Amino acid sequence: MKYVTEFRDADLVRQTVEKIRKEVTQPWVLMEICGGQTHAIKRYGIDELLPKEIELVHGPGCPVCVTPLEQIDKALALASMPNVIFTSYGDMLRVPGSGRDLFSVRATGGDVRVVYSPLDAVKLAAKNPEKEVVFFAIGFETTAPANAMSVYQAAQLGLRNFSVLMSHVRVPPAMHAILSGEHNRVQGFLAAGHVCAVMGYWEYPPIAEQYRTPMAVTGFEPLDLLHGVLTAVRMLEKGEVGVANAYARAVTYEGNQPAQKLIQTVFMDCDRKWRGIGNIPMSGWCLRPEYAKFDAEQRFEVASIHSEESPICIAGEILQGLKKPHQCPAFGTLCTPEHPLGATMVSTEGTCAAYYQYDQQPIASGASHA
Amino acid sequence: MRNPTKVSIEGLNCPVPLTHRERIVTGHGSGGKMMQELIAKTFTSQWQNPMLNAGNDGSVISARGYARLVVSTDAHVVSPLFFPGGDIGALAVCGTVNDVAVMGAKPLYLTASFILEEGLEISTLERVVESMRAKAEEAGVQIVAGDTKVVEKGLADGLYISTTGIGLLADRCHINGWEAKPGDAVLISGTLGDHGIAVLSARGALGLETELASDVAPLNEMIADMMAVSKNIHVMRDPTRGGLATSLNEIAKQSKVGIVLEEGSIPIKPAVESASELLGFDPLYIANEGKLVAIVAEDEAEEVLQVMRSHKYGKEAARIGRVATEPQGRVLMKTLIGSHRMVDMLMGEMLPRIC
Repeated sequence: MKYVTEFRDADLVRQTVEKIRKEVTQPWVLMEICGGQTHAIKRYGIDELLPKEIELVHGPGCPVCVTPLEQIDKALALASMPNVIFTSYGDMLRVPGSGRDLFSVRATGGDVRVVYSPLDAVKLAAKNPEKEVVFFAIGFETTAPANAMSVYQAAQLGLRNFSVLMSHVRVPPAMHAILSGEHNRVQGFLAAGHVCAVMGYWEYPPIAEQYRTPMAVTGFEPLDLLHGVLTAVRMLEKGEVGVANAYARAVTYEGNQPAQKLIQTVFMDCDRKWRGIGNIPMSGWCLRPEYAKFDAEQRFEVASIHSEESPICIAGEILQGLKKPHQCPAFGTLCTPEHPLGATMVSTEGTCAAYYQYDQQPIASGASHA
Repeated sequence: MRNPTKVSIEGLNCPVPLTHRERIVTGHGSGGKMMQELIAKTFTSQWQNPMLNAGNDGSVISARGYARLVVSTDAHVVSPLFFPGGDIGALAVCGTVNDVAVMGAKPLYLTASFILEEGLEISTLERVVESMRAKAEEAGVQIVAGDTKVVEKGLADGLYISTTGIGLLADRCHINGWEAKPGDAVLISGTLGDHGIAVLSARGALGLETELASDVAPLNEMIADMMAVSKNIHVMRDPTRGGLATSLNEIAKQSKVGIVLEEGSIPIKPAVESASELLGFDPLYIANEGKLVAIVAEDEAEEVLQVMRSHKYGKEAARIGRVATEPQGRVLMKTLIGSHRMVDMLMGEMLPRIC
């Protein structure tokens, strides 16, 4: 596969690991923000290749994992309504709300459909004028342009039967939250390449300066990830602070300007709750007032749903990089991808799921699960 | 900005676990762990007998003093009914023929039951039946009994077919899921994931077009040729739902061995690889309908591989790994970049990733 295979080249991987080995003189804690990167790190066994001085901790960048219980419960309520076609990205179907998930709703008669793009949900609304089509608009900056475009198109088409349940979050406020935390161990960031492909990285230098923390914009293939680690380690070893672009084949400083413009046209900043972390001020996006009529929470009066989460698993500490999945007593035994206790185990991008699927040690201890 | 992390620890939360033990959800039909749990708890526990408990694709049965037979049954549901490379009729014949053949038996007879939805065009049914005739002819089997039921409009998706196959097992054939031995070679008959991606693409849901065709095919002739050159084929499976990863995990557990795969040696078509990258699927878990995984004694593996490659359904056959003592009951992959990862079974339904 062109432009992918080259970045999985075993010789270049070995050379890059060797370079990292030569540069590193002391222990460093790096956080990869994005769940997609966590998944790639475990899938390719990148952490197995790195020198022991480098510890990778996994950030809160799985959109499925950080969607709060409350929003899931609203989704379940909407999907159960008789005249509603509820549409969602695939991996949200498995995330448990209070006692049910979207699979359960479908099994009891709800019309729940997986779409590959939110624009498919808009088409569905145009084709079914007698039905209400709701799209579960979750995600980070990566899904924001397409999600914003769905609302924008619905407005252009004059659709009255399309709405979105918003649960959008942004990376920079999460970085602030992590770096200002009392227990923060993160010394450098691998910034999420896909997020930066949309947003650029102009938001990051002030954060790097404020907390004296270097950042390397990093991609997703083995060589991209190692190049990101090498870049971050070089900065740390030299005491440099700032943001370096280690994913220049996809990311520019400015990012995708038309996409950003569209996001700003349809969305505005607002407070958001993160599952396992709590409220982070101005960390999400909501619909602007002129698009408020597309807000499913207002159209169907589910805004009053408030759900209390019970403290069983350590998803919150994992999402903040304070703990690793196998430090959880339930990991691989009580908590598995089929029977998740926490959202980190649910999505393929979730940290616990990545560990469970790919990591030898934790699996060996959890293998008795039938 | 105020410090939100202080708030966050108190906000630490977790949902109640979901078991899906009350109602059937789509994951129960995925071929993965959820399905196995359902089979073990709901079916095997009630129907207990040595043939069923063996956990193979087909069961070996015999009446006193007579030849041993292999019997296997399979229900087929697919949307759309027709897709590039095949249709539900081709699946219904090949799926069952292959399940009988991988036990080492020569498939002879099939039965077929149809559940038809009111309103189905008879010409559609005729196309399916004609396709079944063609595949049965190719496989050298006869369809000797059938049944037809009609349900009201809306109660089925066009038509469903259930087929049962019977085959004759040669003397001294002991191909079985628990026969894999450390040192054996793991062979695959061709590229992975063609069927799954072809069907997804035919649904028009991907927003991308591929020229992929399903690999649906009867494998009994190739299997017979392989068995003619080697008496030491220990295990065979056709990795359908759940994909190669699930089949190999089943074998590793049944045989109490480890299976070690070489990532670079696993054949995958570029179109399948690209579609999988885009959608967040792993070809190791995608369904195949005309592929065979064979576990063969090392000293006969090369000859068996050559026989596979000489056959039209095995041109891209490859050696993809070996059986080891460790990790017992599990599958390990040596990655292209020299690291290792566990290859687990499919869990529930395979879901596309968000981003």
